[in-house]
Amino acid sequence: MESMQRLKEFCQDVRADIVRMTSAAGSGHPGGSLSAVEAMTVLYFNVMNHRPQEPGWPERDRFFLSKGHACPVTYSVMARSGYFPVEELLTLRKCGTRLQGHPSCKTLPGIEVSSGSLGQGLSIANGFALSAKIDNKPYRAYCLMGDGELQEGQVWEAIMTAAHYKLDNVCAIVDYNGLQIDGDVESVMGIAPLAQKWTAFNWHVIEADGHNLEQMQAAYAEAAQTKGKPSVIIMKTIKGKGISFMENVAGWHGKAPNQQELQSALAEIYGKENGK
Amino acid sequence: MSIMMLPTRDGYGYGLLELGAANPDVLVLDADLAKSTRSDWFAAKYPERFFDIGISEQDMIGTAAGLALGGKIPFATTYGVFVAGRAWDQIRTTVCYSDLNVKIAGAHGGISAGGDGATHQALEDIALMRVLPNMKVLVPCDAIEAKKATVAAGTVLGPCFLRFAREATPVFTTEGDFFEIGIANILKPGTDATIIAAGPIVYEALLAHEQLAAEGISLRVINMHTIKPLDEAAVVAAARETGAIVTAEEAQLYGGLGGAVAEVLARKCPTPVEMVGIEDSFLECGTPEELAVKYGLTAKDLVRAVKKVLARK
Ligand SMILES: Cc1ncc(C[n+]2csc(CCOP(=O)(O)OP(=O)(O)O)c2C)c(N)n1
Ligand SMILES: [Mg+2]
Repeated sequence: MESMQRLKEFCQDVRADIVRMTSAAGSGHPGGSLSAVEAMTVLYFNVMNHRPQEPGWPERDRFFLSKGHACPVTYSVMARSGYFPVEELLTLRKCGTRLQGHPSCKTLPGIEVSSGSLGQGLSIANGFALSAKIDNKPYRAYCLMGDGELQEGQVWEAIMTAAHYKLDNVCAIVDYNGLQIDGDVESVMGIAPLAQKWTAFNWHVIEADGHNLEQMQAAYAEAAQTKGKPSVIIMKTIKGKGISFMENVAGWHGKAPNQQELQSALAEIYGKENGK
Repeated sequence: MSIMMLPTRDGYGYGLLELGAANPDVLVLDADLAKSTRSDWFAAKYPERFFDIGISEQDMIGTAAGLALGGKIPFATTYGVFVAGRAWDQIRTTVCYSDLNVKIAGAHGGISAGGDGATHQALEDIALMRVLPNMKVLVPCDAIEAKKATVAAGTVLGPCFLRFAREATPVFTTEGDFFEIGIANILKPGTDATIIAAGPIVYEALLAHEQLAAEGISLRVINMHTIKPLDEAAVVAAARETGAIVTAEEAQLYGGLGGAVAEVLARKCPTPVEMVGIEDSFLECGTPEELAVKYGLTAKDLVRAVKKVLARK
């Protein structure tokens, strides 16, 4: 278990990794990576039972990145928790890299399943959780989804499946940053009221501030303790969090910072308190 | 001489604007990618005729089907991988079986989505759409032809799939060039061998033509912008008159243009065929140029394929 202070420092490094790697690639997805920094840092350092040096360890908890475009944050927490060298992050999206533009389980150990087509991750998490139940195994399935992603019909099919089979070993995390590519989620295709919807579908709903480390830690613990139902953490976040010119700007969904933007982003990340 | 470079998706954007002005029944739908697909140009001009359906491709196709039943001409737009793949059953059973007047635009076709990697590179869209009865499949070679294809699709009745690319590629056709769905354009009238190509790779075929001409080889170049209905007469004539065929596409060879040409020739005029395209694999991220070299989609690869097929003549 890392201390909150230590996690806070990790979050700074993860944010810096995200802007550095997308900037080096000249493309990629910083916005929805930055909104999930705290969730992913807490998950990889303090929640998941896994062995970064032994990615294939059969007893591990599984993480499914349903919103595959947020691979920069995933690669960063993987590197910083020991799956591969931090220097490799800068190969993101380069021809021949293991760090594909959307994650590939064929190239990078530790990625459970390739993703990038939205709406598919929760079904996979359910299937894995079901296999754990059949085999009487204690491991859990975590699945990170975008709020825009919830517009996919398959997500709601999976929401029914998890509740129907009482998959209390599933923990979904919704990055409720309010933005998708074409703008505000509510103006593109409304999904509210979100908590009520998941509740009506028989899930245990936990609402949290996705940038508050203590709240996220407590949310994961509550999910793990909840029996008989799957849990969802609906975390309120800010897309582009931590870099003022990216915050709440839809345009930073899939655009890389240039050199100058990178420098000002790094100055901001290390210059002021983050992760709160 | 420098050649103008534009992505074929721009041609889609212009085509929609032209259709929008000509016909108030033309509507445009997108699934959260309006800026990338260029449908946002139409949205800006005709906001009351544009509908963002959100990230729900299957729902978008169903909605388009209902709009078509109501007499509208909907253009359902998103990346080729997501529309042709995710919504295939809706396209098959609702749109094609009922023969509804739905137009489907698949952007970021082929390797043009480079950096996003295998999940975003539409390589199976042509095969998936081509097997559907009633479906027309158009793969324009440059931005000007993309505009014409869009307008033609909006004018003809019935389901159409249009494929566009993300990257800027050479614009080598002109406004005045003839374009009609189902009629191949013969760009070079050679006699020794023929390249049948679709999409921006047609330009590579023209470069191959130049190189081979310098070596005294007379190459026919056919721009097969309509993959379905395929211009079988042009394919058979090329086989009879040149005796050697090379197909070229930014797609899986299985089920793509190569497959389509081979199906015709096997039945009507067996002829040696070489195919340039993707050999049954998922690719990886990289710039489109890097991928074209790595996976053999350049003029050089076409020249090699022509020599190979000539040796089999
Ligand atoms: C099936 C599918 N449709 C469309 C896309 C293109 N796409 C990638 S990210 C994205 C927006 C995602 O928004 P959201 O889920 O809110 O993600 P976040 O804000 O967390 O980045 C879209 C439409 C895709 N990857 N998959
Ligand atoms: Mg979002």
